[in-house]
Order: sequence, then structure tokens, then C-alpha cells
Amino acid sequence: MSENESTKPSKINPRFRYEVAKMPGGEKLLQCFQCGTCTSDCPIARFNEKYRPRTIIHMAQIGLKDKILDSEFLWLCASCFTCTDRCPQGVEVANVIRILKNMAAEEGHIPQLFRELLSNLLKTGYVYEIPESRIRRRETLGLPPLPKGDSESILKTIQDLKMARVLNSE
Amino acid sequence: MEKVGKYMFFLGCTIPYRVTSYEISARKVLQRLGVDLVEMPEFNCCGLPLEPLSHELTLILSARNLAVAEREGLDILTLCPGCFGTLKKTNKALREDKSLKEEINGCLKEVGLEFKGSVNVKHISQFLIEDIGLDRIKKSVIKPLRGLRVAEHSGCHLSRPRKYLEFEDPENPKALKTLIEATGAKYVEYMDETECCGATIAGIDDKISLSLVREKLSHIKSAGAEALITMCPSCHIMYDANQIRVERMFKETYGIPVLHYTQLLGLAMGMPPEELGLDELRVNPSKIMKYVMEIKPRL
Repeated sequence: MSENESTKPSKINPRFRYEVAKMPGGEKLLQCFQCGTCTSDCPIARFNEKYRPRTIIHMAQIGLKDKILDSEFLWLCASCFTCTDRCPQGVEVANVIRILKNMAAEEGHIPQLFRELLSNLLKTGYVYEIPESRIRRRETLGLPPLPKGDSESILKTIQDLKMARVLNSE
Repeated sequence: MEKVGKYMFFLGCTIPYRVTSYEISARKVLQRLGVDLVEMPEFNCCGLPLEPLSHELTLILSARNLAVAEREGLDILTLCPGCFGTLKKTNKALREDKSLKEEINGCLKEVGLEFKGSVNVKHISQFLIEDIGLDRIKKSVIKPLRGLRVAEHSGCHLSRPRKYLEFEDPENPKALKTLIEATGAKYVEYMDETECCGATIAGIDDKISLSLVREKLSHIKSAGAEALITMCPSCHIMYDANQIRVERMFKETYGIPVLHYTQLLGLAMGMPPEELGLDELRVNPSKIMKYVMEIKPRL
């Protein structure tokens, strides 16, 4: 980040918290009183100084929408749900973070890993491209054939999703 | 042994991709216990790995699998806690929210399916305890693994978030410990047992995920366990396949074999190690195998 950027005031979107709170899993966002249980119990925060769930929640509450959605740290959440289970205010912290990731993805911020998983899903029905050799080996091992992943019908079921439109427009 | 019923076997993506040993051993053990597994006639990913991109996508993908099982009239049995949690959460969400159900069914209609909410989803740990029962498992053990000291790691997605999964206490998970005891082995407690394995951010930030693995392995080593037992394919990859990466990255030696619970149970049932996929493990389990070979089967 250049010096100019870091000193530039962040844009505040006062409606943002309501946008998050109306999504499933985000309902309790405004109940957070910043105790920090989520950060202190977060396995990722122990190994990375940029990832702080309490800060992310606070940023969402005050409306730093662009700053969150453009960030890389957002994608470090491991979805272990320890924060969600331990929040004394009932905030589903990991789900709020997931809502934020979903919003970031709709704006086109998608880490390479997820692009690959999605592309595999749409090709095969599985999120990994299972090598031919592994599929053949199943027979040698006496395992039944893998269930057929039907990518065509997946495409049919998700055609109306915002996510699908984002991908098609790219 | 008498049959205990038919189940729709949900394999998921990670197991056929990288963790065949879990599938091999689970099929053997379940067959021995009289469980009739029906393969999914059609399948797609449960949706969990893509939830960071779109919650709705996850709902559709999991609802589609639930609808396939409903069409066949069978409850779902999973080996992967991630698939279990995702299918179970969607099942609950759609059962409780009529308008959401209608919305998702609108998508499923395109492929001639409908979600009604008539089947249940269980992970193999819950299934073994509730449907097979500990007595029956204990009776199937002919080589009690007495004296074997193992650590366990249940995995986050088996019990978290508590509010949605309602299976066990995520702060003090007992299912795997109980199942280990049923084999005659002893579970060893260690520091931070419920800590995450880091699998979900492998590929996003490997340094963090491997640091989590390292910490877990070092706690297990300090506790003096001879092996680590898991019930999740992703946790297993982190501790078994990635153990060597951790050893290289941090210049340390662990050498802790990581077995799927179904392998441990299979050994206690007297099955030969090669039938349980023990040769597929990356960390050599020969010490455990030697120990098991020396136990005289109880006839």
C-alpha cells in the first residue's frame, strides 16, 4: 500500500450493517459489544497479525464496506466456528464473515483456489478433478464406481444465482 | 451378523480425490457390522467448499443431494464431517423456512427433483453410536487393542456451530473417545484437543495451516500418544500427508501415524492391515501394525 492510500480516509457506508444483518446468519451483527472473545479464541489470529475477527465485525458495524470487501485477510477465516460458538452476544461471527466473503465474491474478488474449485464443480460435479488413474484404481481395490457427477443439471439448478451471472460476465 | 438397514452412502469429493484409505476401511467395517450401503445414483459436491463464494449455491448443491436421497427413500450416511454438517444444516434450514424451501425447490424443479425434508443425515461416528450401538461394536472386537495409547481429533465440522448441528458438545466432544474405548485402546488427553486442523485455508495460506498442524502434533507427541485417530478426510490429510511438510518446514521430527477410526476398529475386528488401506498412509504405521499382530485373537 502506498503512503497516499494508507492516509486516504476510508469511505463509510452507514447502511452497510443493515445489509449484512438482513442476510441469514448476520442477524445479530449489531449485538456485538467488542469483547474480543472471537479474536482471542481464533486459531488463525494466533498465527497471523492481520486477521482479527473482532476488527472485521467492527468494520462491518461502522460501514467500512469497501475496505472489507477489497481485503485479503477476509479469506483467512478457516470456518472452524469457534468464534460463533463462544460469542457471549450470540453473534454468528464466522457466518457474518462468510456473508462478507459472499459479497466480495459477487463483486468479483475471488481467490484463485475458489475459482478452481468452482470450475471443477461445473465440469464434473466434484470440486476436485479426480485423476483417471484414481478412478481406474478403484476397480483394482474392489471399490464400486464413483457416483456420476452431473454437471449439466448443476448448471440448470444454479442458472439464476447472482454468482453464476458474475462468472458468466467475466 | 443381522442386517441393520440400508443407507445412502455419501462419499463427498475429498475422499475419492485423496483419502481412499478412509473409504476402504469404512466399507469393510460397515459391511462387517451388517450395514447395507447404497451408492448415490447421482451426485454433486455437498457445497461446503464453495460456501465462501455463495451461501445460496451451497444450499442448492446440498438440497439436490438431499432430494436424491429422498427420491430413493433412504437416510444419508457420511464419512466426512464437512458433508455431514452441510447437508444437516441445509436440511434444518429448509425444513424450518417454508419460503426458503420454495425458493430452492424452484431451482431443483429444473432437474425434476424436490426437497421435502423426509430424510435424516448422520456422520459415521453418530451412526456407530446411535444406530449400531457400542455393545454391538464391542462384540465385533476380537483383538482388543489393550495397552495402545492414542490421541483423537474429532474435527470442527462434526459439532460446530453447535446451534445448527446439535450433535455433541464442541467444547468437549466425546463420540470419538467413546468409540476408541470400544476397541480396547486408551485415549490420551492432550492440550487444545478441539483446535482446528487448518485444512480450510490450506491453499490460501499454507504457513498458517501448517503451523496449526505443527502445534497439534507437538501437543500429541508431548502427551505420549502412539497414534492420532481422526474421522475427517480433510483433518487426516493435514496430519498424515502434510506431516512430512511440517517436519521439513520446521526441521522437527514427529513420526506420528494417523489412522482413520475405521482402520483402528478394523484392526480390532481382526482384519488384516492391507484390507484396511493401512499401506496407503503416508506416515508409516508399522509400529502399530506390529503391536496389533502380536495380539492373540479372542475366539
